[in-house]
Amino acid sequence: MNLSNRAPIVRIVRRESILNWHGWLIRFVGLFLALIVSAIVIYSVVRLNPIKIYAAMFEGNFGSVNRMWVTLRDMMMLLCIGLGLAPAFKMRFWNIGAEGQILAGGIAAAAVMIYFGNSLPTWMLLSISLVASCLAGAIWGGIPAVFKARFGTNEVLFTLMMNYVAIQLTSYFVAVWENPFGSNTVGIINQQTKAGWFPAILDQKYLLNIIIVMTLTVLMYIYLRYSKQGYEISVVGESERTARYIGINVNNTIIRTMMISGAICGLAGYIAVAGASHTISTNTAGGSGFTAIIVAWLAKFNPFVMIFVAALLVFMEKGSIQIASQFNLNDYVSQMITGIILFFILGSEFFTQYRLIFRSGKEVN
Amino acid sequence: MAQILSLLQAALVFGTVILFGAIGEILTEKSGNLNLGVPGIMYIGAIAGLAGAFWYETNVVTPLPWLGLLISLVCALAASILAGFIYSFLTITLRANQNVTGLTLTIFGAGVANFFGGAMNKMAGGVGQISVATTSGAFRASLPFLSDVDVFSALGFMVYLAIALAFITSWFLRRTRKGLSLRAVGENPATADAAGISVGKYKYLSTCIGAAITGLGGLYYAMDYIKGTWANDGGIEKLGWLAVALVIFSRWKPKHAIWGSYLFGTLFWLYFYIGGLTRSSQELFKMLPYVVTIIVLIVVSMRRKRENQPPESLGLPYFREDR
Amino acid sequence: MPSLKKAICMQDITKTFGSVVANDQVCLDINTNEILALLGENGSGKTTLMNVLSGIYFPDSGHVLVDGKEVTIRSPKDAYNLGIGMIHQHFKLVDVLTVAENIILGMPGKGRLDMKVVNKKIRKISTMYGFDIDPEQKIYSMTVSQKQTVEIVKVLYRGAEILILDEPTAVLTPQETEKLFKVLRNMRNDGKAIVIITHKLREVEEISDRVEVLHRGKHVGGMMTKDTNASEMTNMMVGRSISLNIERPEPKDPKPRIMVKGLTVKDKDGIAKLTDVSFTANSGEVLGIAGISNSGQKELLESIVGLQPFESGDILYIDPKTGEEINLGNKGSREISSLGVMLSFVPEDRLGMGLVGNMDLTNNMMLRSFRRGKSVFTDRKAPRRLAHQVVKKLQVNTPGLTTPVRRLSGGNVQKVLVGREISSSPTVLMTAYAVRGLDINSSYTIYDLINEQKQMGVAVIFVGEDLDVLLELCDQILVLCSGKVSGIIPGKGADKHEVGMMMTKLKKENKHEPVK
Repeated sequence: MNLSNRAPIVRIVRRESILNWHGWLIRFVGLFLALIVSAIVIYSVVRLNPIKIYAAMFEGNFGSVNRMWVTLRDMMMLLCIGLGLAPAFKMRFWNIGAEGQILAGGIAAAAVMIYFGNSLPTWMLLSISLVASCLAGAIWGGIPAVFKARFGTNEVLFTLMMNYVAIQLTSYFVAVWENPFGSNTVGIINQQTKAGWFPAILDQKYLLNIIIVMTLTVLMYIYLRYSKQGYEISVVGESERTARYIGINVNNTIIRTMMISGAICGLAGYIAVAGASHTISTNTAGGSGFTAIIVAWLAKFNPFVMIFVAALLVFMEKGSIQIASQFNLNDYVSQMITGIILFFILGSEFFTQYRLIFRSGKEVN
Repeated sequence: MAQILSLLQAALVFGTVILFGAIGEILTEKSGNLNLGVPGIMYIGAIAGLAGAFWYETNVVTPLPWLGLLISLVCALAASILAGFIYSFLTITLRANQNVTGLTLTIFGAGVANFFGGAMNKMAGGVGQISVATTSGAFRASLPFLSDVDVFSALGFMVYLAIALAFITSWFLRRTRKGLSLRAVGENPATADAAGISVGKYKYLSTCIGAAITGLGGLYYAMDYIKGTWANDGGIEKLGWLAVALVIFSRWKPKHAIWGSYLFGTLFWLYFYIGGLTRSSQELFKMLPYVVTIIVLIVVSMRRKRENQPPESLGLPYFREDR
Repeated sequence: MPSLKKAICMQDITKTFGSVVANDQVCLDINTNEILALLGENGSGKTTLMNVLSGIYFPDSGHVLVDGKEVTIRSPKDAYNLGIGMIHQHFKLVDVLTVAENIILGMPGKGRLDMKVVNKKIRKISTMYGFDIDPEQKIYSMTVSQKQTVEIVKVLYRGAEILILDEPTAVLTPQETEKLFKVLRNMRNDGKAIVIITHKLREVEEISDRVEVLHRGKHVGGMMTKDTNASEMTNMMVGRSISLNIERPEPKDPKPRIMVKGLTVKDKDGIAKLTDVSFTANSGEVLGIAGISNSGQKELLESIVGLQPFESGDILYIDPKTGEEINLGNKGSREISSLGVMLSFVPEDRLGMGLVGNMDLTNNMMLRSFRRGKSVFTDRKAPRRLAHQVVKKLQVNTPGLTTPVRRLSGGNVQKVLVGREISSSPTVLMTAYAVRGLDINSSYTIYDLINEQKQMGVAVIFVGEDLDVLLELCDQILVLCSGKVSGIIPGKGADKHEVGMMMTKLKKENKHEPVK
């Protein structure tokens, strides 16, 4: 080790440990700084009062009962995908392919609704398409896993490419199921009969979505923390050598976990098609497969924290649409602000792991 | 015959966009950084260049083509380098996860580009109404001595620039001292560190310069491919991911990226030129570049030929104290 | 005969790591035209001393003089500039690059690479000293011996006049060793100063002109090689026997528990790590395994447990209750435990393999037992109880049960690991370097645990590096040398000198005259 005559200007020292609340405080500070920077950006571009803008965002999310339900519905969608990613990420398997797995599930659900819409009762349609979506997602997620387990194929690149294959597959089916002819859209499936649609519960058409996803949240939390398979996932993710030492079959764990991950993303596709938009298009996932990666990461794979992170991101998105119409602004501002917030939070993570010690004796905590 | 030439031309133009993207990302990945922000950087390069030209042309009575070209070029490069710097700072100095940071950059880049693009569209009077005709014309002007040759007459200078950059990058990696150091950093940072090479410096520089080149791809898209306008149709994003695929397909060798990009371009446009395809099967055709890339990925990991593998420390952060 | 010149003079070098004194006021001279052997056991401080010279460590006190002038060496670059080059045990090479590219990596020079000039210079060095390497070959296609050659050429290329080789023959076949020695003699005759860090007496006798011996951080003696013999060198290396007062209860009714017959293990490069190893581990006994590091100990233990596939041989387990012989041949560790065979293994790599550093005590206790029970859910109550017990009984010093284990000190980590392994009531307990890096108290706790297990009828296999401990603790001692069994002798009454000799020379080879 080198010893210089004087200590460097600033030294980076790894933290021994950090109190839980201290860590969350740092993240909040990051979030706060991000909001300030965003406000500056908005103001400098459009010369509008940022506070009014943030207020408008609130309005866009919760302004009316209808809006509130839509907000909740979209939040559940994002949360669902995040739940699917959690087990894979915990195992340090970077599943970037959620987008494709969602579409795979969506195609399966749409197929069931279209081909059997007239011949089977809705409850049967719902059950079959549920199974079909999960299966489709599991396969889509399992293929890269098999190659990673067997040949060590890079999973980031493989799952990423599978997304685009899925998107094209979706385009194909959209063309096949085109309705009306020449429109290049599938249109609302079974619009008259509502065959295969999520039924409304207590008169709310999105209540079932919420019930399914919240149940899944609890289940995933229990699975990861209390089940034997969840334990295996943790060990494989933390230390593959230790996993082999105690006889865990690492290959099987990787494949099994990725199939679960893909299946849940496929389930998200099912919810999107049968319970939300009632159609299938290349926009069915709409980038949420990527956003969910960030949700899962920021929440440190904890299902309950994911609820809040998903809520934040959906809030940003809905709010920006409101801003767009209310202030004649571009609704892409939400993506910009989301990006800035994420940059700051990612950056603030550093301070939870390391301390800075300045030569002058000051310490930055 | 005319069909084939037309296909070739379309392939070349399409290929050039992703070639820029791929060369830049190859440079970045050679240092061990996996930058999933390539689409975002292309967005940023495109919008910065477009904004520069737009601002210039709307504020000057008779815009000079070469000046417009210069301004948009500088804007695109500056913005892309800044984007690359944000990624580098977060992943190298602040040790953030590379995948998440890259994806954030893509989201951010798309947001910035579409935001300012939409704003500019409004100022110009509507979608697609931006016309930086003069500058765009400059980009699309064919090289003087080739203006009579059929296919080449429609190719702007950036097509040749991309090819040149590919050769330069290849030469840099294989035949210069700094290129050798960079390769070592990407393969085995601990060994490079022990040899006295500054791992952080090399990662920063290659990521930022790589981002600059990638941004040029976005600029070319805006100026040449869609001829100097803006539409929020996510076209750039698709091309950005194809560029990432191309990096894998070319096995991290810039020279292979050249023919690979044109191959992808051909595969992409093939459906248009094959008669009698139903629209649905056309979509299946468009899958080809990605499927081909997956096959390359699998075969490379199976055969384990060392020269075709990704840089060994790709995606992994390097901390000296963990040595 | 060219005259010797004093190239390096190390005076009163002291280096400590925490409470461990690795070098204690060591003085050493290195001369040109000479091959010096630096001899000592594991932990004697020889590698640390040379790391001071090569710029990896900075001494706490002492002076280094090069060519009579005092110098400060703060980095490997400083060492290179002084003409000092070290070839480490773990090579620092980039696999996918060529020999020439690795050699010039990091060297200043013109922007454009002119590999022709580089290749020419490499070939010149090769012919001058008798190396046989192709500058354009890629590292990944090379054998270990060739990679070592690349490392040597690398330091020569940078103008090293003083070369230090750390255990160079540890990874070489006898033929490759011969080639290396030829090359070293050429370099010596050319005026270079060469230091070989080694344990192997045969090599010291064969290649060195002078030998200096370190023992537990101190310099204990040095002389011209021709003026000494193996016996005297061994004495200096292992030192006088120290009484440690470790108990050794008499084994009660020892019966075979594990029988290894003709075990041969090859690594992925095809090099034999173990050749035809046979022995029997009895219940109620402690079988010690002595040997220089990397003599095959790791492969031996891992083969038994099912983590290391082996090429030929048999590993038999005799069930204490039924007397039935179960063949453990090449079965995975999961399969072995499903057969009802309870083996416990405390590996050398405690935090990287035996435990999960980021998890807390309870979760680590669960590593062996989490599959118990038919429920889908893990039972954390039993592991938590076990954690409590281990902490109390072994006096593990930890802030709490929820602290990640990587934050515990070495001794406490080991107590946790051993505590867990013996909690499953194994019939065989295997430990690798169980007390390495531990303080005195923790070490004695481990010895007590081992004796406790032994008296319960467990067959204990103890791989160790401290001969004094092995001689007092073990009932039988198996000595491994280069992957072969050099001998198996009773622990009681064993002679330290004899064991030291067996570690460095195969007993059969004692009569064979080394070729000069």
